[in-house]
Amino acid sequence: MELPTQTFRVTRADLVRYAGASGDFNPIHWSDRFATKVGLPGVIAHGMFTMALVGRAVTTWAGSPDAVVDFGVRFTRPVVVPDDDAGTEIVVTAVVREVTDAGLTRLDVTATCLGEKVLSQARATVRTAG
Amino acid sequence: MPLDQSFVGRTYPPTAPYQVGREKIREFATAIGATDPAHHDPPAARASGHSDVVAPPTFPVVITMAASRQLIEDPALGIDYSRVVHGDQRFAYTRPVVAGDELVCVNTVEDITSRGGHEFLTTRTDVSTTAGEPVVAVWSKLVVRGEA
Repeated sequence: MELPTQTFRVTRADLVRYAGASGDFNPIHWSDRFATKVGLPGVIAHGMFTMALVGRAVTTWAGSPDAVVDFGVRFTRPVVVPDDDAGTEIVVTAVVREVTDAGLTRLDVTATCLGEKVLSQARATVRTAG
Repeated sequence: MPLDQSFVGRTYPPTAPYQVGREKIREFATAIGATDPAHHDPPAARASGHSDVVAPPTFPVVITMAASRQLIEDPALGIDYSRVVHGDQRFAYTRPVVAGDELVCVNTVEDITSRGGHEFLTTRTDVSTTAGEPVVAVWSKLVVRGEA
């Protein structure tokens, strides 16, 4: 079963806010000068910010903010965030892989940016009963 | 300098307790756009069976990233942090983190491998309350890029 697609807009302001809230002040997430110096195309989103947005998608699908029992991803491609009002967009989809007798639902999640997958092996297990 | 393989299996001493604040959870939830009342409003959180506001699923990284300084700043392990990128991340929950928790992290080096000129360091952080109740296990794989 495929779950409804969820889309998240990401701007530079979001990255600054996430840096402050998470304590991850790596300059590749806010300085073009630094990001390009280390070989990136420009400022990129924190991998953990992308994962947090996917986490929002998962809890929305599960219907409860405390339903996640297992959640893992591999970061495969950076999410480049341009310095403009539009920013970029992360599109999150998922299929239900398994529903266990113990009331757990296993999801295979896909996250893309500009049509390219930014995560692989993105999987979540959520509690859906009891 | 390659990472010291003898660190595989090593467990570091527990970190100082981290006090999970209600405002920190609200701030983190706001930063990721998570608007569910259970992250912001204590009565709403209590209505769903929690003692206080509930942290979003990736919130523990706030605590584990700070705790991982123990490894990153260990000169004997030899990580060049300027060449580190985040490879994998996983959380396995016993229960959600809630405001009021006092959490301690125990870092273990699970694996060090080398492939294609890059090195891969997998750490496991067991997050538990100061009373010893397990809360969440967090795995992180860091990639130390080779100097091309």
